Amino acid sequence: MEIRAFAFKDCALTVIATARRAQNLREFKDILETIGQASIYYHFWGHLLRPGFDDPEYNNDFASWAHRGLHDSRLAESLSIIDPSDFTNLETLRHELIRVVEERLDETEMVPWVKADQQFHFLRSQIVVFDTGKRITEPEGLALILPHASVGSTFFHFIDARRRSPEHMDDFRTWLGEFGDECAQLREQLAAVDPYFLTLTELRSQLTLLFANYFGAKVS
Amino acid sequence: MTSMLEQYADIAGEDVVEHLRQLAGPLKNVTVIHVNSTRMGGGVAEILAKLVVLQRELGIDSRWEVISGESQFYGCTKSFHNALQGKQIAIPDALLKVYEETNAQNAALLRGALEEADVVMIHDPQPVPLSKHCPNRKGKWIWRCHIDVSRPYRKVWNYLRPFLLDYDASIFSLAEFVQPLPHPQYLIPPSIDPLAEKNIDLDPAELRRVYDQFNLDPARPILLQVSRFDRFKDPVGVIQAYGLVKRFLPPVQLVLAGGGATDDPEGDEVLAQVRTEADGDPDIHILRLAPDAHRTINALQRAADIVLQKSLREGFGLTVTEAMWKGKPVIGGDTGGIRLQVVNRHTGFLVSSPEGAALRIRYLLQHTDKLHEMGRKAREFVKEHFLLPRQVREHLTLMVALLHGNQERIELGR
Repeated sequence: MEIRAFAFKDCALTVIATARRAQNLREFKDILETIGQASIYYHFWGHLLRPGFDDPEYNNDFASWAHRGLHDSRLAESLSIIDPSDFTNLETLRHELIRVVEERLDETEMVPWVKADQQFHFLRSQIVVFDTGKRITEPEGLALILPHASVGSTFFHFIDARRRSPEHMDDFRTWLGEFGDECAQLREQLAAVDPYFLTLTELRSQLTLLFANYFGAKVS
Repeated sequence: MTSMLEQYADIAGEDVVEHLRQLAGPLKNVTVIHVNSTRMGGGVAEILAKLVVLQRELGIDSRWEVISGESQFYGCTKSFHNALQGKQIAIPDALLKVYEETNAQNAALLRGALEEADVVMIHDPQPVPLSKHCPNRKGKWIWRCHIDVSRPYRKVWNYLRPFLLDYDASIFSLAEFVQPLPHPQYLIPPSIDPLAEKNIDLDPAELRRVYDQFNLDPARPILLQVSRFDRFKDPVGVIQAYGLVKRFLPPVQLVLAGGGATDDPEGDEVLAQVRTEADGDPDIHILRLAPDAHRTINALQRAADIVLQKSLREGFGLTVTEAMWKGKPVIGGDTGGIRLQVVNRHTGFLVSSPEGAALRIRYLLQHTDKLHEMGRKAREFVKEHFLLPRQVREHLTLMVALLHGNQERIELGR
């Protein structure tokens, strides 16, 4: 069977307000129950393509709000440790979020609240994917292109891909799978990369290093 | 002659411009018409002048139309502006009639082009009713709201809202500004233009002239806040913070630079209060600058060691962006768009009181290595996120998204 070329793509996100906002933890939980999955996804991953700074204190928007808005570091820690890659779909991820918040509500005497200018605004995003026209026919080609990949390409092929593929797999592993045993070890190494605690530039560097080490002298 | 895209590529990076070219691919020959109410003056006109040229260089048939009216029309829209930002202003029915009639007259002139355009972007409230007069419009209509409507005066918002129901989308600068509307509400923060007079690199001689002109000592630390004399900008709090620093660091100087004549009746009152608070201190320089003193503001921002924006309430805070672009750490009020830009301990500090500001000023003046490191990071942060090409990119993405329907995922072929 002929192996198809890897189409290298790029993407941009547009952020859309849902106009739903929470001023206390109970409202937050109520909205979490009904808000679209796109919003859950955005608040876990969207920060990667947004103005922010390397090494944020918490890894998703919900946890950041618990810390900055509610000043509840215990809740922030519980929300922050939820790794979306652990969940088979966004519904199970939503249930876990609700469970953590409900638990916190049960523990507190009063419903924690924030000032009007610290409300949690539920957002979602639209993703526009475009083709860079670059095609890769051999696995080594990825080693050459990755150091120059934009953050949008990195996001699209390594993070967004998990939502698209039925096996929740990044595009690189999916494509390398077509080469059979030849790339099995590389696929294992890619599977071990946890993008949740990395910025996109860190992720790109890690992937670049991984491919460079794997192909070693062939690339240089 | 160097194209504008090439000039931006030099500053923001070739990859940023390449990104724009790719996004603009599916928009080739798409007709976009921007409409606002002034060709000169104000941030919107400044940005539009560049945005349209950039979009044209990218192959988009982008145009800019300006509606015009008599003084009563502008009086009415000025009141809208204030009311949408929360001031309780009663607008007489007669003025509202002028507003609607002026839009009807302008629609008569622009109807043909507007109805044919693929995308019409209406900026701020002035031209909003044009859509009602273009019943055969075939394109997507977008309302771009540049102002803070987080807590509008409800009576005025309720009057304007029905005009907006016809639109296909709206754009706000921050999530906090969003009002419920029955169409997608995109979030696109504003940006600064690195090629504008206010932001271009300056000759050291020009900086020296500013030291001389305002009697500033370049050998001593300079703190600066650039803003209107408005209570929400807390200039009095800035002087209090300066006072707390001065006790420990006597050489420190403070510059409060604000606009000149203003249509805000409170401006003079706040200025008087500021002067009282300054109490004749020769190291406090209160400057009333002309609205077009862009180069002077540029030079002052470059001359400062630390820039403050100690607002109690703020829209986006483009003065913060400008200062950061000049490599200055910013000590800003923990509010509005300042939170998007000032990242604690990275690009500056967020503070909630004069004491907090004083503490951070003393820290930075003591740790000049940190001051320079934060300044460097601040400039990089702006370069990455708040320069005009980024705003263009988001406009292009939005247009592509709208022209392809409101799906969550849009895949463009090649």
